[in-house]
Parts: sequence; structure tokens; C-alpha cells
Amino acid sequence: MNVDFQSANILKVRHFLRSFKVGIAGAGGLGSNCAVALARTGIGHLVVVDFDIVEPLNLNRQYFFANQIGKKKVEALKEVISWIDPDIQFTAIHEKLSSQNLLNFFKTCDIIVEAFDKIDQKKMIAETILSSGISAPLVMGSGMAGLNHTQLLVERYDRLIVCGDQITEVSGNQIPMAPRVAMVANLQANEVLNFLMKDFTFDYEDTSE
Amino acid sequence: MKILLNNRDTHYSDTTLSIADIITKENFSYKRLVTRLNNKVVRDEEQKTTYVKNGDRLEIIHLMAGG
Repeated sequence: MNVDFQSANILKVRHFLRSFKVGIAGAGGLGSNCAVALARTGIGHLVVVDFDIVEPLNLNRQYFFANQIGKKKVEALKEVISWIDPDIQFTAIHEKLSSQNLLNFFKTCDIIVEAFDKIDQKKMIAETILSSGISAPLVMGSGMAGLNHTQLLVERYDRLIVCGDQITEVSGNQIPMAPRVAMVANLQANEVLNFLMKDFTFDYEDTSE
Repeated sequence: MKILLNNRDTHYSDTTLSIADIITKENFSYKRLVTRLNNKVVRDEEQKTTYVKNGDRLEIIHLMAGG
């Protein structure tokens, strides 16, 4: 691969992704890592909703830093994203998501990432978005606990994509840890890009001579 | 009947089954599931009375804590 072509394509992807808006429900292990991956590729606008603050034990998997402990997660993530790319628009919403306010926050997003840890919230988000009139697909994370060697999968349905091993549940002795949580978060980011870039074409160097 | 369950062709000898019956048959024992029949969300309380027919597309998504 010609390095100039590679650089040109990285910039072309970034330019292409600038016009898209991605909603992320939750700024914990999945949401923070997913947002970082999307920011690095060049998504123009991130809308992140979360009501938590950064706590010391979050640092075992969430994309925050020791000097951010005590900050609102959405504000801490906004800061991290600005360090990566200050041109990204970041809407930080410090609120608890409910079936009443959810669609209001995300209705103008091109695609929505479910990034919560509690199953009741995952269910509420999925049922609310999938039974609403909005056409944005939902990318969920399900199954990422521990050190298991269970395979991480991506299952694609109509307007719904599920990433994770679909087996492991977080519990007292099956804790969420950086590698697998970040792997699922990055699978989710990859699905977002696959969806947004379905009409994108890379420039190819001519190797025919 | 033959349905598409979670993207996989699935055959049942029964001619009528509710979503609740399929959850039992398939041993889907997770506490929280999201179910969708032909792209329409079916809430928990409707699973016993919502019937699946030949050719339907059914999704039963397992939700696991963690994130």
C-alpha cells in the first residue's frame, strides 16, 4: 500500500463521516470506548447521555483517567474526545434515560449505540427505540464479562445489531474487565461505521502496470 | 412449521406456537429478553398470546448485564 494513498483514504473517511451524528446511551465501559473509536475515525457529532460520575473502579475498563475522578462521565468523555479531535461536536447530556426522554435525545441521530450495563435499561432502550417510528438502527452490546474464551459475535437483524458473546453475564465473580468490554465496544463502533459507510468508496492506487 | 429464529431456519412439528412456547422449547432462560416478530416488538405480557406462523421471522435477543 502506497503511504500517500493510505493517508488520503484516512482523510477521505474522516471527511465523509463528518456529516453523521451518532447517539450513545451510556458513557461507561461500552459507551466511552465506543465514542473514542468513533472519534478517531472522524464522526462529526456524538450525542452521549449518562447520569453517572467517574469513580476509581471505573478505570479498570472505562476510557477515563485518574485526574477525572469525580467528574460527570459525559463531561469527562467530552474532554477525552476533544483531546483526540477538537473539531468533533459533542453533546453531553447528564440525565437518566427513560422511555419518555430517550427519543427526544436521539431522534435526529443516524444510528444509536446501546451502552448500558443494567439489563432492565438495555431492555427499555431496545423496546423503546425498536417500537418507535425512527429509522435509525440500534447497536446493542450483550455478553462481555470475565476472561472467557467464548467467541465474540455480531448478529445483524433489521434495524438491530447485537454485539457480544451472548453468554457471559456480569456478576460478583464474573467482573467486567478492560479487554473484553473494549472489544465489544469496538465491535459496536465497527458496526456503526459499516452502516454509515455503506455508500463510501475508498480510493485505490493503480497497480496494473 | 418453519420460521426464521434469530436469523436461523428453525423447524417445529407443531402448527401453532406462541412466542412463550418457543422461549420454553428453546430453553431461553435468561431473565431479560427482547422479542420481535416480523420487526414488531412484542412486550413480555403479550408473549403468551402472540402466535407465530409458518414463514415468520422471530428474534429473541438475550440481554446480559455488563457494559
